[in-house]
Amino acid sequence: MIYTQSPLAIALFVSFVLFVLGLSFYLARRTKSAEGYYAAGGNIHWFTNGIAFAGDYLSAASFLGICGMIATAGYDGWMYSIGYLAGWMVALFLVAEPMKRLGKFTFTDALDSKFNSKGIQLAAALSTLIVSVFYLIPQMVGAGVLVQPLLGMPHWVGVVIVGIVVTIIVATAGMASTTYVQFFKGALLLIFTTIVVIGVLSRGLSTAPDQGGTKDYHQFQSLQATISGDGTLQVPGYAPVRDWQSGPYGEAGFVKLSQDGVDKIWKVEQSASGVTLEETLYVKTMHDGTKLYNGSTKEEGQFFPVGHIKELKMDGKEVAQTGAVGPLAYLSALQESTIVLWGKKYVMEGDAKTVVYYQKPTPGSRMLRPGLKFKVDNASGTDKFNFISLMLALFCGTAALPHILIRYYTVPSQAAARKSTIVGIAAIGFFYILTLFLGIGAMTSGVINLTDNNMSAPLLALSFGVVLFSIISSIAFATVLGTVSGLIVAASGAVAHDLMDNFLGMKMTDSGKVMAGKITACVVGAIAIYLGIVFEGMNVSFLVGWAFAVAASANLPAILMILFWKQTTAKGVAASIIVGLVSALGLILISPDMYVRYGLLPSEAPIAFNSPALISIPASFLTLILVSLMTRKQPELDAASESANA
Amino acid sequence: MGHGPAVKLGKDNAASYKTRLGIYMFILYTCVYAGFVTINAVNPSLMQNVVLGQTLAVVYGFFLIVFAFVLAIVYNQLCNAAERRMNS
Repeated sequence: MIYTQSPLAIALFVSFVLFVLGLSFYLARRTKSAEGYYAAGGNIHWFTNGIAFAGDYLSAASFLGICGMIATAGYDGWMYSIGYLAGWMVALFLVAEPMKRLGKFTFTDALDSKFNSKGIQLAAALSTLIVSVFYLIPQMVGAGVLVQPLLGMPHWVGVVIVGIVVTIIVATAGMASTTYVQFFKGALLLIFTTIVVIGVLSRGLSTAPDQGGTKDYHQFQSLQATISGDGTLQVPGYAPVRDWQSGPYGEAGFVKLSQDGVDKIWKVEQSASGVTLEETLYVKTMHDGTKLYNGSTKEEGQFFPVGHIKELKMDGKEVAQTGAVGPLAYLSALQESTIVLWGKKYVMEGDAKTVVYYQKPTPGSRMLRPGLKFKVDNASGTDKFNFISLMLALFCGTAALPHILIRYYTVPSQAAARKSTIVGIAAIGFFYILTLFLGIGAMTSGVINLTDNNMSAPLLALSFGVVLFSIISSIAFATVLGTVSGLIVAASGAVAHDLMDNFLGMKMTDSGKVMAGKITACVVGAIAIYLGIVFEGMNVSFLVGWAFAVAASANLPAILMILFWKQTTAKGVAASIIVGLVSALGLILISPDMYVRYGLLPSEAPIAFNSPALISIPASFLTLILVSLMTRKQPELDAASESANA
Repeated sequence: MGHGPAVKLGKDNAASYKTRLGIYMFILYTCVYAGFVTINAVNPSLMQNVVLGQTLAVVYGFFLIVFAFVLAIVYNQLCNAAERRMNS
């Protein structure tokens, strides 16, 4: 797809970045102590902190990834919303108040509060660093995706801009400026996504997604074909095609037809009434890396945006459009209608690889239940394992994310920690309800770019005008800024406070500790910029799911067992963190999805599942229990040694 | 740099009550969430049934989000009451 840059979008983006930087420099003057840098002095108001929770949590994955996934796979994308929100119940009911009670600056503080153990300090700091860095990658990749339509700059420029701005924010004022950036961003995101959803409902549903005639929508063609006696495919206006069922396209169910020197690929549908050819979209990558979009260069604009309703029904009657509807009527109408979703197949033709996107008319009721992305219908044991494991990772991951946990230290009391979590749940839950309408709005408004569904929500906003697009894109960019800031504070706390100060015992003055944190922020920022460029093109949600699984496996068993099992020992905690980290990372690295990224076949992977949580979380719990039981102090021995010393 | 909270916290006599309450509410919500995941894994076509004009999947999804918020409010009210009662 071709994007045109708008001066308004650029102006808004620059204004927002300057505002954020100004705020940071202003707050920096008030940040002198370590308490100020790492925990914003512990005096943030609970409501501000609650909205900042939403700002921290609603990252590029939530805003861009979930909306894009709903736009292309329906309800399965919303499963992420449900799982992410459910994870907050673990945070509220089990973790919020004890974290506030036990910790000071970092998640390691809370784990180590009872033990003062070097093993815990090292393991928890490493876990914080690794989880933060993995969570940073998709945010940086998301920034790169955004700058292309917003500023007309290449991916790496977006990554570098985010990296530099965020490092300045964090290195100047730490948690205080990060909190206020999150607050503004979280509030703006909620307000403007609500406006877009009101727009979606006011516009209603239509079989012609031309936004009231204001925007061209490519009408995908159907051709009637016949098969002659010798098996040749006869298509009016095209040369007859022999052997059309063989060869790479024929075997995949497609036929390639040429007209005026341009190849088009059609999906072959055979039925009792004859042969119908449905128009597809395709991207062909030649052996030298050049790409053809529907047989033309990208600039020729032949790779059309998609997303339309084939048959629209309301209250049982077929209609062309619904007009303005309420949210429930909107979903009811969709549930009765037939929506055109898009499938994807890979075809190898010599050295050239072609990705063919073809239409899949799908009943709305089927789209509004799980199963289009996750294999749950007639699923094998492995498929079910994969699905349950992912839902477990989403449920357990939230309360184990270091950048979320450190937010509990910014408020003055346990009650404030609890209240800010509730404000966070309200804001995040409301946003996740909106994601369903944003995703479906994109699905039915002809705005989806099939080569990159991450842009579905901003492109839906563009269908309402460039002003809304500019604001939404700037907020999306700010989303990345805010989340990355929080992650860098968490990572710098892990290095400067947990490793340098506690583990290595380096004696530093208070200002020295702040300086160490700032230097770490710069180094982590540089690493994040590098990784953001290296991982260009990698799926944002995939990486976030990875971070959740690692966080849940490494951190959650330790947090919960320290709080609720009195026999937990320091060695047990350290061992469970390491086992959780290594098993989750190891299983991900040998998973079928990773084998595809190595350029190998998924069937060659030694394991058949992609989501490790269902193995790594129990393994981490089990390790903690076993090691604790083996290393606990024997009461009789203690008593004997006490009497001997007396 | 020692451990312990960034700000000085007073003694909280309601802590053990709040912990117990949190565990019960966590178990309640986990059961509802586990029901959702189980139906999807075992009998996903059930989620396509229409209830109150929507698919069961949509109704259950909305319920999980709204139920989370309602439980959070109830938890906060009970904790506030306990703090007033036990810390006065």
